[in-house]
Amino acid sequence: MRDAPASPGLGALFMGFFTIGVCGFGGVLPWARRMVVEQRRWMTPAEFSELLGLCQFLPGGNTINLAVAVGARFAGAAGAVAAFTGLMAAPMAIVIGLGVLYARTSDLPIVRHGMAGLAATASALVLATALKIAAPLRVRPIGIVVALATFLAVAVLRWPLPPMLLVAAPLSILLAWRFRA
Amino acid sequence: MSGPAALPTLALIFAQLSLLAFGGGASVLPEMQRQVVQVHPWMTSGEFAALYALAQAAPGPNMLITTLIGWRMAGLGGALVATLSLYAPASLLTFCTANLWYRFRNAPWRALVQRGLLPVTAGLIMASAAVLTHSTITGWQTALLTGAATLVFLLTRLHPLIVLAAGATLGVLGVLG
Repeated sequence: MRDAPASPGLGALFMGFFTIGVCGFGGVLPWARRMVVEQRRWMTPAEFSELLGLCQFLPGGNTINLAVAVGARFAGAAGAVAAFTGLMAAPMAIVIGLGVLYARTSDLPIVRHGMAGLAATASALVLATALKIAAPLRVRPIGIVVALATFLAVAVLRWPLPPMLLVAAPLSILLAWRFRA
Repeated sequence: MSGPAALPTLALIFAQLSLLAFGGGASVLPEMQRQVVQVHPWMTSGEFAALYALAQAAPGPNMLITTLIGWRMAGLGGALVATLSLYAPASLLTFCTANLWYRFRNAPWRALVQRGLLPVTAGLIMASAAVLTHSTITGWQTALLTGAATLVFLLTRLHPLIVLAAGATLGVLGVLG
């Protein structure tokens, strides 16, 4: 490792990402940065941002990809598996526990009402995320058109995603290149 | 179809979603809903929204709804198969490209591709929000709660879990109709 003072083994990778999985309520990314850069000093801030750029660029969950990339950098394939397993173990167990609890109690009026409030708030979280992501498009009229067309195809017309993306993604990149500032 | 018979279908659905999830898991939510509500009528859109809400109430990565759908269809095996199928293809891609990526860190095409994908990602996540709110907004009370919570998420740094708990509490108190 170039600048990072410590190079973690499999156990440390598992435990490091295990703690992220447990604490990461409402988004794990900030916790991942804190653990990798500030607490354990496995990477410098620049290295972390660089790797995060890749993970946001590739498809899939950003933090999952990050765990795989960090694990792979320090301990190859085994490191990737250790980090991934560490990250997922606790959240999967907890969410299954919640699922079982909900399945047993979903007939109770109090649970039904609570779920209505929880579900409305959870969808608000997605709406807020969408607005934050769309904010930079304010100065890109063509980007707004592409975003609206994507929205229409997926949410209103309910077109299947694979062929839709196959057309929309290259087209959008082409437009970004043609009309670059 | 449920039990072990559902495993191959679960694997196929979520493995496909894995490689389409540009901009993170939330961008494939509408397609996931289309698959498990329309294509394979495994649940209603209301049940889908409830599972999504449960997944948001748990810690960890934000696509745990996959684990719940798998669990519901085929128990623990289903939970494992669905979760691994959603993450393995993208993880493998990350594993294979991490070194290559570093070499292209200053290449202009990288910024261009990222810039080009942004409108598509924004449209997809907006579609996720529409698909979810379509089943979670059941009257003016839940509409008001959704609007207010969105503003809180946008304008404050309040922890999301606190806002989710507040929403659930309002529901339990019976003020949502």
